[in-house]
Amino acid sequence: MWEALKRLYHRMGSPKWFYEISTRWLPWFAIPAGLCLIVGTVWGLAFAPADYQQGNSFRIIYIHVPAALLAQSAFAMMAMAGAVFLIWRMKMAAWVAASIAPIGASFCFLALITGAIWGKPTWGTWWVWDARLTSMLLLLFLYFGVMALQQAMDTEDNSAKAGAILSLVGLVNIPIIKYSVDWWNTLHQPATLTLTEKPAMATEMLIPLLIMIAGFYLLFATLVFLRTRNKILWHERKKSWVNKLIQTPAGRS
Amino acid sequence: MSLVTATIKRDLVIAARNPGEWLNPLMFFLMVLALFPLAVDPDPNFLAKIAAGVVWVAALLSTLLSLDSLFKADVEDGTLEQWLASGESLYAMALGKAFTHWCISGLPLTIVAPLLALMMNLPENAYSALFFSLLLGTPILSLLGAVGAALTAGVRSGGLLLSLVILPLYTPILIFGASAVYHAGIEMEYLGQLGFLASFLCMAMTLTPFAVAGALKLNLSR
Amino acid sequence: MTPSASLEQSNRFTHFCDLIAHNVSCERDDRILFENLSLTVQKGDLIQLVGPNGAGKTTLLRLMAGLNQDFQGEVHWHGENIQRCYQDYARQRLYIGHLSAIKKVLTPLENLRWFVSSWPEVKEADLWQALADVTLAGYEDVPCQQLSAGQQRRVALARLLVTPTPLWILDEPFTALDKEGVAWLEDQLARHVAAGGTVLITSHHALSDIPALRYIELGMHK
Repeated sequence: MWEALKRLYHRMGSPKWFYEISTRWLPWFAIPAGLCLIVGTVWGLAFAPADYQQGNSFRIIYIHVPAALLAQSAFAMMAMAGAVFLIWRMKMAAWVAASIAPIGASFCFLALITGAIWGKPTWGTWWVWDARLTSMLLLLFLYFGVMALQQAMDTEDNSAKAGAILSLVGLVNIPIIKYSVDWWNTLHQPATLTLTEKPAMATEMLIPLLIMIAGFYLLFATLVFLRTRNKILWHERKKSWVNKLIQTPAGRS
Repeated sequence: MSLVTATIKRDLVIAARNPGEWLNPLMFFLMVLALFPLAVDPDPNFLAKIAAGVVWVAALLSTLLSLDSLFKADVEDGTLEQWLASGESLYAMALGKAFTHWCISGLPLTIVAPLLALMMNLPENAYSALFFSLLLGTPILSLLGAVGAALTAGVRSGGLLLSLVILPLYTPILIFGASAVYHAGIEMEYLGQLGFLASFLCMAMTLTPFAVAGALKLNLSR
Repeated sequence: MTPSASLEQSNRFTHFCDLIAHNVSCERDDRILFENLSLTVQKGDLIQLVGPNGAGKTTLLRLMAGLNQDFQGEVHWHGENIQRCYQDYARQRLYIGHLSAIKKVLTPLENLRWFVSSWPEVKEADLWQALADVTLAGYEDVPCQQLSAGQQRRVALARLLVTPTPLWILDEPFTALDKEGVAWLEDQLARHVAAGGTVLITSHHALSDIPALRYIELGMHK
């Protein structure tokens, strides 16, 4: 078992192996992602019942909640990839972390935008300093910081390390930030309606939401694969296996 | 005398010979405070209401101002290289550097803040809360700030990047610090907030030096 | 300059341990600096690394000094990896890089005091003597910013006289020195190896007639 894990680890460190295996895996992520997103969207928008309080406007939840969830877990994944890079100096991990950052930030931004759009019919204003929205905003700032560091240093290696250190510090801080923002919020606005905290969600509403969440995660995996593959090709452009790949028509494998 | 204490002493001597290094952020603190009555409303009752938050925001910004130079000079003149060459623990060094930074930024700020809060018409019973929240909070600002300063020490225009990197991490301290002062002002219990600040301080003291040490090494691998 | 008396007796350093690089390879930004390089440094050696700019002299020096961990292969001292016994190793070698780590607002004496703070056995009188030996007598209390580049270099090099380490690792130490200073430094190197010390140096300067001198040439890889 341990030996098998070790072998897997060594293989994971090899860009060529990752490239080849991801070529095979990609459809298994991309196609289910598309299916889940289509089914979830249609179900959520057309077939799920309207909310008794918010009417149809609640349906934005099918984008907002998965995006917010993903933005947070993407940060954790980025930090873990960064830790692997710092500890074992595995370059692949650095590329994965660099691939995740802009994708996670985009989902974070999406969550903020949909939150604001949702806020208009619910609160009557585009932006309310709601606890969840505020910590989302701070998370976006953290993403910006990591992305800025990932490009700031003179060598690529150092930039990746700096980004990894900040993402680890951020990972430790996120629960503290979340907690203090929640605390601050109950202090100032005790009675506002929070967006996602429903007493109990009806099953007919929940199932499409779960499908959408699955779809978002699969989409995320697909995007990370694609970006990492690009990075591999760029960094290994002088290696013979990349040259061979480029010379075979359309890179068919 | 070990290299860590020698470095603390040396940095304090340098600060004493370059008073601008610690006086300028203090001036900045004063000026930022003066902007609020000018921009918003000089009404004493209104000022009393926002004083807690404004003083804390100004303290945070002025700390940020002095952070940029924390490691920059040491990276550029080779001091950092000599630290690493000395074989002393970088962890201790990071703590020492953060301590020095607190001595020249957080400490004067903590001492001056009650005076300036007077101009902001801070309620009388909030002064001790202001003093103690700054006393506990500003070292955290220095410790967390040291991480950002170490990460951006080798970057050409590091100052702006430093703010971008560090400000989100500062929010919990701002929330609890300002709230302690605010609650003291409206005669409510504020020891809880101070307790949070104290626990954050313990956490920052144990964890941030690892990150600082790691970040400092980046500036050396050429 | 007057020769320093303390280095007269031979074999001052009785227990120097070999410093050995085993198959070290180093790559910077996809460019190979050196590959499978092995190097043994023994007691009494004076080794000069030569080669064109960008050949990796400084990199090799830094990894032998233990300042750079970003390479393949191992460097051993006393039969042990230097990263594992780094603190002991650091006390036995002196590293002076091309950044001199001089703080300009401090005086030569204060700078020197900071440098030797890891070696508690060094006495204050030794520092005064060392500054006198590098012809800086009378400048002890002048801030370094008023000294010339060559004089600042001498402040850094005064450490050679006061730090009791058998192994010297020097990166371009002749920079900014005048003719007299060059002669003095060459003399110091000769004395150090004659006394059983060891020197690893990069320099574009041709060292004259020191019998122990060996060259290691680093070429340009593609």
